[in-house]
Amino acid sequence: MKLELRNVTKRFGAVLANDHLNITVDSGTIHAIVGENGAGKSTAMRIAYGFYTADSGDILLNDEVREIRAPRDAIALGIGMVHQHFMLVRPMTVTENIVLGAEPGSAVALDLRKAAADIRSLSEEFRLTVDPDATIETLSVGQQQRVELLKALYRRAELLILDEPTAVLTPLEVEEFFSILRRMRSQGKTVVIITHKLSEVLAISDRVTVMRDGRVVGTVNTRETNAAELARLMVGREVLLRVAKSPASPGRDVLTVRNLSVQRVQGVSFDVRAGEIVGIAGVEGNGQTELIEALAGLLPESQVTGTISFSGRDLRAVDARRRREIGIAHVPEDRHRRGLLLEFSLAENSILGVHYRPPAASGAGAILLDQKAIDRRADLVIREFDVRPPDPALPARALSGGNQQKLIIGREFELPPVLLLISQPTRGVDIGAIEFIHRKIIAMRDAGCAVLLVSAELEEVTALADRLLVLHNGRIAGEVDPSLTTAEEIGLLMTGGRH
Amino acid sequence: MKLRELLFPLMAVVCAFTVGAIVVLIIGDSPLQVYGLLLGSALSWPDGIGYTLFFATPLIFTGLAVAVALRGGLLNIGAEGQLYVAAFATAWVGITFAGLPSFLLVPLCCLAAVVAGAVWAAIPGVLKARFGSHEVINTIMLNFVAIALVGYLTQYDYRVAGDPIMETAEIGGTAHIARLGRFIPGLPERIPLNVAFLLALVASWLVYVLLWKTKWGYEIRATGQNPAAAEYGGISIRRQIVVTMAISGALAGMVGINEVLGYRYRYYDGFSDNYGFTGIAVALLGRNHPAGVVLAALLFAVLQRGGVPVDAFTQLVSKDIVQILQALVILFVAAEAMFRWRQKATVGRGKGEEGTRQQAPIAGQQASVGKI
Amino acid sequence: MRDIFTISLLFSTIRLATPLVWAAIGGLYSERAGVVNIALEGLMLAGAFTAAAVTFYAHSPWVGVTAASMAGALVALLLAVVCIRFKANEVVAGTGINILFLGLPGVLSAALFLSSGSTPQIPEAELLPTLAQLVPIAPQWRIFTNVSAISMLALVVVGCTWYVLYRTPFGLRLRSVGENPEAADAAGIRVLRMRYLGVVFSGVLAGIGGAYLSIGQSSLFTRNMTAGRGFIALAALIFGKWRPVQTMLACLLFGFADAVTIQMQGVVKMPSGEDVPVQFIQMIPYLVTIIVLAGFIGQSRAPGALGVPYDKEA
Repeated sequence: MKLELRNVTKRFGAVLANDHLNITVDSGTIHAIVGENGAGKSTAMRIAYGFYTADSGDILLNDEVREIRAPRDAIALGIGMVHQHFMLVRPMTVTENIVLGAEPGSAVALDLRKAAADIRSLSEEFRLTVDPDATIETLSVGQQQRVELLKALYRRAELLILDEPTAVLTPLEVEEFFSILRRMRSQGKTVVIITHKLSEVLAISDRVTVMRDGRVVGTVNTRETNAAELARLMVGREVLLRVAKSPASPGRDVLTVRNLSVQRVQGVSFDVRAGEIVGIAGVEGNGQTELIEALAGLLPESQVTGTISFSGRDLRAVDARRRREIGIAHVPEDRHRRGLLLEFSLAENSILGVHYRPPAASGAGAILLDQKAIDRRADLVIREFDVRPPDPALPARALSGGNQQKLIIGREFELPPVLLLISQPTRGVDIGAIEFIHRKIIAMRDAGCAVLLVSAELEEVTALADRLLVLHNGRIAGEVDPSLTTAEEIGLLMTGGRH
Repeated sequence: MKLRELLFPLMAVVCAFTVGAIVVLIIGDSPLQVYGLLLGSALSWPDGIGYTLFFATPLIFTGLAVAVALRGGLLNIGAEGQLYVAAFATAWVGITFAGLPSFLLVPLCCLAAVVAGAVWAAIPGVLKARFGSHEVINTIMLNFVAIALVGYLTQYDYRVAGDPIMETAEIGGTAHIARLGRFIPGLPERIPLNVAFLLALVASWLVYVLLWKTKWGYEIRATGQNPAAAEYGGISIRRQIVVTMAISGALAGMVGINEVLGYRYRYYDGFSDNYGFTGIAVALLGRNHPAGVVLAALLFAVLQRGGVPVDAFTQLVSKDIVQILQALVILFVAAEAMFRWRQKATVGRGKGEEGTRQQAPIAGQQASVGKI
Repeated sequence: MRDIFTISLLFSTIRLATPLVWAAIGGLYSERAGVVNIALEGLMLAGAFTAAAVTFYAHSPWVGVTAASMAGALVALLLAVVCIRFKANEVVAGTGINILFLGLPGVLSAALFLSSGSTPQIPEAELLPTLAQLVPIAPQWRIFTNVSAISMLALVVVGCTWYVLYRTPFGLRLRSVGENPEAADAAGIRVLRMRYLGVVFSGVLAGIGGAYLSIGQSSLFTRNMTAGRGFIALAALIFGKWRPVQTMLACLLFGFADAVTIQMQGVVKMPSGEDVPVQFIQMIPYLVTIIVLAGFIGQSRAPGALGVPYDKEA
């Protein structure tokens, strides 16, 4: 089935998510849509699936303009979509999830036996093995993805849209998954795959559309392109940024982690010294989040085993508040979930974590907030970190992503930190702010701070880190010198391949 | 509170009164007459104003209680139970220590009210912090438990022998607090408006200072706005849940001071005219701000006071019209989104990045209604 | 003690549990669709008043019950619009409905019958019949048919609800909407329509439960005659883990507690010679609910999206 988006525009408040998009997907092909986070890939495909409605523009299927106002319209027209976050009802069974909305039998009697039989034959046809009677909660992510695929196939989808399908898969599962996609193509299905991983684009797709800032910047045949060209299209300049930095001059050990296990993290040991940046690379979901939250004191003590010491002091039973007091700053990976009080003013946000002690709180027992001191601090952060608009009374919600991030980093830098835990420092941040933030992190290092940096962007960690640890399946798969190691070698470690 | 903030509550009140007027018309009476009686009697001097302020007193306390909890991300539907337990405790202290001099007994009774309310409210707080069970259901359930408990104590242990009414003995004379009629010329002392009204105003001011001028208030509001971020900021969410509920309960408990020390001088079973539930409406209408709470409480008190003559002087409309108006105000305030439809078109949603949820209309509140 | 646990206790339990079952099963439809229904109390009051008023004029309890179910549906529709269309806080809106029906019946009966306290008495022949009055049966078995037809119907409703919930496409969709509306939407389900249906149907059933109070158990409507039964029904729904059969059993347990209370009064004395305090038995359903919610007697897991308005572009 041929899909065409013609002049599609979608705006969310002040953000123009899709700006006059024109995308054509030919029938019987695997078509990749690539772009950085926030480029508008998912929005475009959610419009095609009816999850969002476009502000203007048309959707054409087999050269006919179609009204798609809700997913049920898309399903009726033969479109299926597997979302990045699976759309499964967790307490229900595989069969119930697959037939939901397209139930066999009559309105007064659900024929689950026929459904299970249909699903079994479908899963044999496409070699998507899964137990039809299992509850979703009991399945692994890989199996859940198979359920999602079966759901689309059960509805006789001719066009399948897959949003970042490999983000949650291990390399082995990715291979298997790709062979399923090829099988679908050979049966005449059309597949759209949204991703930001160039290697996958080159491995699986027939054609590639590259998006940047809500616009299509190019569509090429996969055979006629290469990773460098796609990367240039994606970020919009020839060379990826490299920040100028002098060699590190590490001092004493600040953070010593030995045999740390917590949730997904399994027996991790490493050190971070004063005046160096230790980077952590890895596919998301390999324990990075848990590692940083454990170091910041945000996970229940009962789940943590192994030792964390800070300048020789055991951090067991030291809560998040005390950790910040002794100089451990934390820039969280998700600024909306953890980092900001979106309805609070910039001034109020600038004291989060130090709100209970002087200078923010003053007087007897430091009970009363000192408005003047708070404003001074807010002004300082706003000025030093160029937060715009520079109005401390504005709610944090009113700022752009980049400015919100600068506010958080500014706040944490004011601590001032002895150890800086910083996760995804530039996620969803505009290019100008990225360079600014990178320079600030290096300046922090040069001032003698120990920095532990986590980023899903390999480019970023290799550019900033003095030493690089690669995390895979909760373990450190290797330590490399980023200036001497190629991306391929690091990539191999990230996916569990041996060095 | 910014002036703009008054707009939606005012529209809700106007809509509620309009629908109320339609109900009156359908019944076959004159809305003008009904509203005239409502307002006229409530604003007359001295009885109207005296009683209106007296009725406003418990509503200020319960409105503040609900507002503080909502600011902290908790929906306290249990103010009703908290105020019953507190009123009984107040009476119990007033009876048991009747011999003490006034300067000791009055503070002791007040303390009993505050502590009893706080403890009763802390129970659902602990249950939520410890077991994750939702405060909405637990506070509702504890309302019934509280009413049964104080009912039992009144009936079996503290009723004067032979008294057919479910009420305790009188508290000691030294526990009485002054009626405002003693200080205000022209206001007769038979009107039960008492010092507790002034206490309510002071409590409102203190709640304002607590929420916006102290680090504790910062922590309450931060927890209500985004618990994950508050935790990141070194705030213990579990502790915060219990503390916020206790503060909320303490405020609800102060109703006991007005009722027992300033009005009936005893615990009278079933005295509360849904003060706890009306407190929800008061807090919402007052947008969870102490100044708004005082204004909203006054409005509801006007309705309550005005209901009496409506019953007496109209042909068909009973004083229950007051409850209808209160309910309509709650519904219109809750459905505030209906007043925003035009704004939506121009301002749009504040969508930053993919996956960000839209903020609920009432800060911190939607989150708390999660798993019930 | 033996005088208490008689066959009449059984019937008393059934009688007292009946309105709870209707309301709780009603609540189940709403909450399984993801909408918190704290308004059961108000919905029952709406049904109770409507049944009494309509039966008084129509002289037929069945017309009264039908009217009660329609009144319940109408009020529930109001709740649904406020909660679903305008995304109001469901607990607050429910509280609003409850307060509304503390006042509205009084105003209406004052206008209709010139008495705001209650509706006029309905003659016994026009009240809801017992099974014995409907089916001819040998006199020695009479005692077993001495239950109201509405009680028997409740049993049927529970069975049907189980079937609908687990064996029909409608039930599957309803459950999916309450657990994960986004997933349901992605599967092509009209999420908001399912939620409207769930809430409105809760009004139908709760309205019938209310009707049983006014024209089954008693013969007129009095102010606030539900006296918290809507909340007990909600408690039973939680105790029954949002499942139909367990919810009915929970209602029977709470009805039993109530029945025991009534039977013990005046019969059983404390050693001191006083009546056993009814208050402690009254507390049982509420305490049980608190304990269940805290996870002491098995976990009771609420539908995943309960209380969360659905807003797909957010």
